[in-house]
Amino acid sequence: MPSDFLSNLYVFILAGFIGFEVIKRVSPLLHTPLMSLTNALDAIVVIAAIIIAGRHETTLSVTLGLIAVAASFSNMVGGFLITDRMLRMFKTGKPKKS
Amino acid sequence: MTGLVTQQLIDSTYIIAVVGFVLSLKWLSSPVSAKYGVLAGEIAAALAVGATLFNPELVQYKWILVALIIGAGVGIPLGMVHMTAVPQRTALSHALGALSAALIGIAEYYVAAPNLSKFSMGEIGLEVIIGSLTFTGSVIAAGKLQEILPQRPITYRGQNIVSLSILGAALAIMIVLMFHPEYTHLFPVMVVVAAIFGVMLVTPIGGADMPTVISLLNSYAGFSAALLGFVLNSKVLVVAGALDGSSGFILSVIMCKAMNRSFTNVMFGAFGQVQTSGKAVTEEKTVRSATAEEAAAILSAANKVAIVPGYGMAVAQAQHKVRELYDALTKKGIDVRFGIHPVAGRMPGHMNVLLAEADIPYDRLIEMEDMNSDLPQTDVALIIGANDVTNPAARSDTSSPIYGMPILDVDKARTVMVIKRSMNPGFAGIDNPLYYLDNTLMLFGDAKKFVGDIVRELAGGQGG
Repeated sequence: MPSDFLSNLYVFILAGFIGFEVIKRVSPLLHTPLMSLTNALDAIVVIAAIIIAGRHETTLSVTLGLIAVAASFSNMVGGFLITDRMLRMFKTGKPKKS
Repeated sequence: MTGLVTQQLIDSTYIIAVVGFVLSLKWLSSPVSAKYGVLAGEIAAALAVGATLFNPELVQYKWILVALIIGAGVGIPLGMVHMTAVPQRTALSHALGALSAALIGIAEYYVAAPNLSKFSMGEIGLEVIIGSLTFTGSVIAAGKLQEILPQRPITYRGQNIVSLSILGAALAIMIVLMFHPEYTHLFPVMVVVAAIFGVMLVTPIGGADMPTVISLLNSYAGFSAALLGFVLNSKVLVVAGALDGSSGFILSVIMCKAMNRSFTNVMFGAFGQVQTSGKAVTEEKTVRSATAEEAAAILSAANKVAIVPGYGMAVAQAQHKVRELYDALTKKGIDVRFGIHPVAGRMPGHMNVLLAEADIPYDRLIEMEDMNSDLPQTDVALIIGANDVTNPAARSDTSSPIYGMPILDVDKARTVMVIKRSMNPGFAGIDNPLYYLDNTLMLFGDAKKFVGDIVRELAGGQGG
């Protein structure tokens, strides 16, 4: 078993626990923005796509890499955009006169 | 040497990005801090992408730039969709995320193919299998939500055995590849088989189960990204994937609990299968119906009103009319609150977003447990396009397919009013005894039009 695997596993398990604890506290009110935000964060695979495409190893790897760059970057841009739009909609009632 | 320094700087930036990701989710805990959450996530993502562009391994930039521009060009319209289209947009987003993860894994395989260790081959294989099945599964889910594909579950005998054999076949090919990574012709077969499994996984799951499916696909998309992090030895991907994966997983668990069902039941049970043939019209039961005028009169006389929205409100696009109703009643000094069931709509939190879009203050959107303690003191419960989540059979009728599911106890309100197109049972085909109660009034019609009529009556009543 490569040592890289074990160190990645450490990170994965710890990040999973942090994710669990943090996300448990997200208000159900915001579950839709939560999902679009995690999608946008997940789109960080774009950095792997950039490296695959940019290393220019084979035509296939460049082509697949570039499609992945476009797909994940659209997810990143769209995910942040819609999360921001949704969150702006959540307003409290203005206490004019009650 | 400079290359090494650059690499270390890039890695340090990634660490900052990871901190940003965690803070981003942490700040989502309340609507007040949530906007900082988006900002933190955006800064973190921008830092990570920016740093990556300095990677010394990169030899060409032109096409990457083109791909980034195309991505932004596709992403902006996807970020501007209408709130009613958010469920299908989310499914599409899972699809795009999984597609990129799968494509990167495939590219990585063909670059390294003959020299892969068994272990690395296993990682790549698993990553590509999960990525591919999540891609096709999410596309099917998006198609169902967009109503391009039939929303009803599509089932046949022996479905689970066939589906699981297909997954087994994909895993078997992966194991062969672990021993013979040079069999490059087998790899695409594995990808295609996994993609077919994705289709078969989602087609038998229907409308009311969509919130669970979307959450589950969210979790798969996250885990495929995390696995890609293992393949490429990239900690930032491992962390982002683990966060996304655990988020999807938690949401799936919440959705399952809100329906009193297990994972396996959602995945292999096919909701629609059981009841469609079940008890059709048992006996003639009487319902009382009312007009918009009568409904308006009853609402005006109330002190406390609870509105329970469901998917039907989203379909009828009635949320803005509902807001007018909210305004009209609030103006009369009536306390109006919205009872939100966790699985109302087609994705977690769907109703909250729709009502927030219509400018209804979020402190009026009440979770199920809190609403239930308040319903016995409520004068009128108005149900707009919700069905199963208000079905009292879930409490009392052990033979009901939804028995045990937590519901909003609207039947405990003094008067119940249900806006519904007709007496046809809802999506799941389960009869709702709520409609036959003595304190229930049925308001037959299109949700948007009927709510509009009530608003007009309320305004008219005030004037003369």
